[in-house]
Amino acid sequence: MGARQAIVPFDMGDRLALSLDPTNLPEYALRSTLRMLIALVASLVFALTYATAAAKSRRLEQILIPILDVLQSVPVLGYISFTVTAFIAFFPHSLVGVECAAIFAIFTSEAWNMAFSVHQSLTTIPADLRDASAVFGLTGWQRFWRLDVPFAMPGLIWNAMMSMSGGWFFVVASEAISVGDKQATLPGIGSYISIAIQQKDLGAIGWAILAMLVVIMLYDQLLFRPLVAWAERFKFEDTPGQIVPRAWVFDLLRRTRFLPFLLHPVGFALGWLRNLPIAGKFRPEVASAAGPRSVLAWALDFVWYAGLAALAACLAWQLYRYLSPNVSLAELLQVFRFGCETAVRVLVLIVLACAIWVPIGIFIGLRPRVAAVVQPIAQFLAAFPANLLFPVAVILILKYSLDPNIFLLPLMILGTQWYLLFNVIAGASAFPQDLRDASREFQVTGILWWRRVILPGIYPYILTGAITASGGCWNASIVAELVRWGGDTVRIDGLGAYIAQATTDGDYVKITLGVGVMSLYVALTNRVLWRPLYRMAERRLRLG
Amino acid sequence: MVTPSDTTTKPDAGKPLLTIRKLCQSFPKAGGGQLNVLNDLDFHVGAKEIVGLLGRSGSGKSTLLRIVAGLARPTGGDIDFKGEPIDGPNAGISMVFQSFALFPWLSVLENVELGLEAAGVHTAEKRERALAAIDLIGLDGFETAFPKELSGGMRQRVGFARALVVNPALLLLDEPFSALDVLTAETLRTDFLALWAAGRIPIESMLIVTHGIEEAVLMCDRAIVFTPNPGRVTAEIPIELPHPRNRQDPAFHALVEEIYIQLTSPPTAPGGNIVQHPLTPGSPLPHATTNQMTGLIAELGTAQYEGKADLRTLARSLRLEMEALLLIAEALQILGFAELTDGNLLLTPDGTAYRNAGAQGRKTIFAAHLRRHIPLIEHIKQVLDDRPRHQAQVVRFLSELEDHLSKQAAKAVLGTAVGWARYAEIFSYDAKTGMFSLDNPSASGTR
Repeated sequence: MGARQAIVPFDMGDRLALSLDPTNLPEYALRSTLRMLIALVASLVFALTYATAAAKSRRLEQILIPILDVLQSVPVLGYISFTVTAFIAFFPHSLVGVECAAIFAIFTSEAWNMAFSVHQSLTTIPADLRDASAVFGLTGWQRFWRLDVPFAMPGLIWNAMMSMSGGWFFVVASEAISVGDKQATLPGIGSYISIAIQQKDLGAIGWAILAMLVVIMLYDQLLFRPLVAWAERFKFEDTPGQIVPRAWVFDLLRRTRFLPFLLHPVGFALGWLRNLPIAGKFRPEVASAAGPRSVLAWALDFVWYAGLAALAACLAWQLYRYLSPNVSLAELLQVFRFGCETAVRVLVLIVLACAIWVPIGIFIGLRPRVAAVVQPIAQFLAAFPANLLFPVAVILILKYSLDPNIFLLPLMILGTQWYLLFNVIAGASAFPQDLRDASREFQVTGILWWRRVILPGIYPYILTGAITASGGCWNASIVAELVRWGGDTVRIDGLGAYIAQATTDGDYVKITLGVGVMSLYVALTNRVLWRPLYRMAERRLRLG
Repeated sequence: MVTPSDTTTKPDAGKPLLTIRKLCQSFPKAGGGQLNVLNDLDFHVGAKEIVGLLGRSGSGKSTLLRIVAGLARPTGGDIDFKGEPIDGPNAGISMVFQSFALFPWLSVLENVELGLEAAGVHTAEKRERALAAIDLIGLDGFETAFPKELSGGMRQRVGFARALVVNPALLLLDEPFSALDVLTAETLRTDFLALWAAGRIPIESMLIVTHGIEEAVLMCDRAIVFTPNPGRVTAEIPIELPHPRNRQDPAFHALVEEIYIQLTSPPTAPGGNIVQHPLTPGSPLPHATTNQMTGLIAELGTAQYEGKADLRTLARSLRLEMEALLLIAEALQILGFAELTDGNLLLTPDGTAYRNAGAQGRKTIFAAHLRRHIPLIEHIKQVLDDRPRHQAQVVRFLSELEDHLSKQAAKAVLGTAVGWARYAEIFSYDAKTGMFSLDNPSASGTR
């Protein structure tokens, strides 16, 4: 269905006939869902190949992992305009280009951290299993399917589920893109919303929100819950006290004869695939670093690094040549000032969110029955694309003439605060019972209990939540600092608004500058703030 | 399994299955240079024999097993299996792991089939052979179970079935029973030996790394004793008792005793002279805690032993593995609290003084002995004394140690030294800042 429409002749600027009739919504929702699914599969393939390459070769690892780190810092919404233009150039006069651009945007929001998860798994494979696969003569290819992939599976699926939550946000943002005077609209929930916003149709927005709720619910129940339950078998060790994830769909499928019947050919195909004569058997190397081989290795290292340095310098020079004639120093300084403003907003919002959600999350997490109810809701709210709710905020701000400098801010963290909440809940639920008993026995209460017991105990979880939330905040600033409702615009100065404005104007120089500076800010916050904090947590506060 | 394949054709009689000549293994040290783990090793495994490798921790016996398995390559020397050099995992060599090393996502049957699948055995034969192995090793009924559902003993049976199903000529066993409780280990060992004695296991020979001396005497035709730093063979003890062997047999006792003596005798140089290793600041330290040392001294001082105990009796009554007991005994020896000779542990007069002292007195004695006998601790103390603020960063000492040891070993040695010195209140160490200092935490401090 999507394919048929995709090959219909199309030129940038053509408006596709999208109707706000709610009866179209199921079809639009299905299309958005398909885009998500394609992006998910692409991310999966990417994560496995990229991370495996990095894990197998030291030289590749030294370049692939930093690249991933940089890519993760680049705001997805910032470069949509580029990818749209690029993909349309690849597939002129057809919707395939726009379709690819949208899928690519979703892909970029998922692939990087999935690849990180796989790499993390591959580097922690237990040594005895690696030895066993070598002793029993598995080829590298067989080992990949028998050991690497299964071992990475639980982390990968969990990460896919989390990234998917972020993905909905980008579906909404990427289906209706306008770059300068050009506009590309794909049939889907996202474009439905954007048209509803243009036409100020509040009823249609209500319908879209409803459709989104249904789609996310179905995705969660029919795809991810069963997958997570299935991935349990790949977990390396059982952690006592943890609740085994249940999924009614999975239980149902397992009880019927349907699933084995369905999976038999899949298993057969996988068996054929993993026994293809690809890659050789394990061959050990001499442990010694001395000898003539190391001189060669040293020379290779030198060539490799020199090549990398040259490439980096070349890219930097190209960027400089592109930007320097068009960007004045004043402009540059202004962009950096905008960056500071947005950075301050992100930090303030994270601190506020912590102040609100950490106590609530702890309260919930220490009560298992409440947590069992609230946890799926928090996860669900994290998946819900907050940008659907932006029009509501704009209407309120316009109606009551509220100060956008204050009332636009919550939009930035609206979608990502839930990550904080459910991480805190997870941490508090995992807090050891004996430590709770001990603190009760010694009558540690009040401030002392917070400072000495619970906060240090769940600190790594708070941090993980805060890091995720802050990354999402930066991305959201591009749509939250400049919000439209029909012809009305509400904006505050900031790097997000700068990029959004540049995208609307089709000013590629400004987009490049804005995105580059934002990536720099994100990378810097990661280096100087989050990573040291995380390392400290790893060193001292990890329980068990 | 039941039908031995052609990979197990018997080597010519008298020709050893595995020959090792002048084998050396060294690893690059963190601070440059090489750390010798195995030095000039010579031995062989003949046809139809079970050879046991015994030695203190760090004597390189596991390293040797990894080399034979084709998991590591030696830095020097020759290693031949059936006349061919080993340069990687060999189809005729299989292995049972201490940690079982089962794939948690594969069922028992799939785990057993793994090696066959890798060898390209086709489906019907693969299934048939795997089921036969499962049957032989006593796992029928468990085919579809996952490792998580099994007890330790059943898991290791899967490990055995998986190793046997590929019909290896040589089976390597890396402490196969040490992760199991005593009763389970005994059952598995007996079952396995019965199968072997009945000729139902079509393997030629076995090489087993163990730290149970009785286990070695129960199972092996020959025990090879290693001494550490660097690992060398110091004794080969033939065990010619008929199977099944009886622990109560006086001949059994005598062999156990002999191996104990070999293990505790000071290392001798090739010429027969006793090698004296004065400790240096870069020497490895046995990782024993002060509580363990105090406990062993107390035990030695009881009326039962009166300062002199047979290691074997001690190990039994303390329910300690030989390796763990030797580690503590060695720590007492280098600190001058006890002497280790001919399988006996003797309390020195200083050891007796320590035993009779009160809590503070013990600390004083311990501190004096640490400073006299452990150059590393004396060195750290000197550095701290010389500094005006009496502080030093941990990296300083770590990097010094890394000139002599691997990164991991350097960390372990420093950890041991810190543990001892903290107890003796010689210096203190703040893990938060990575700082050594002479002062105790001040009373006004918040932490």
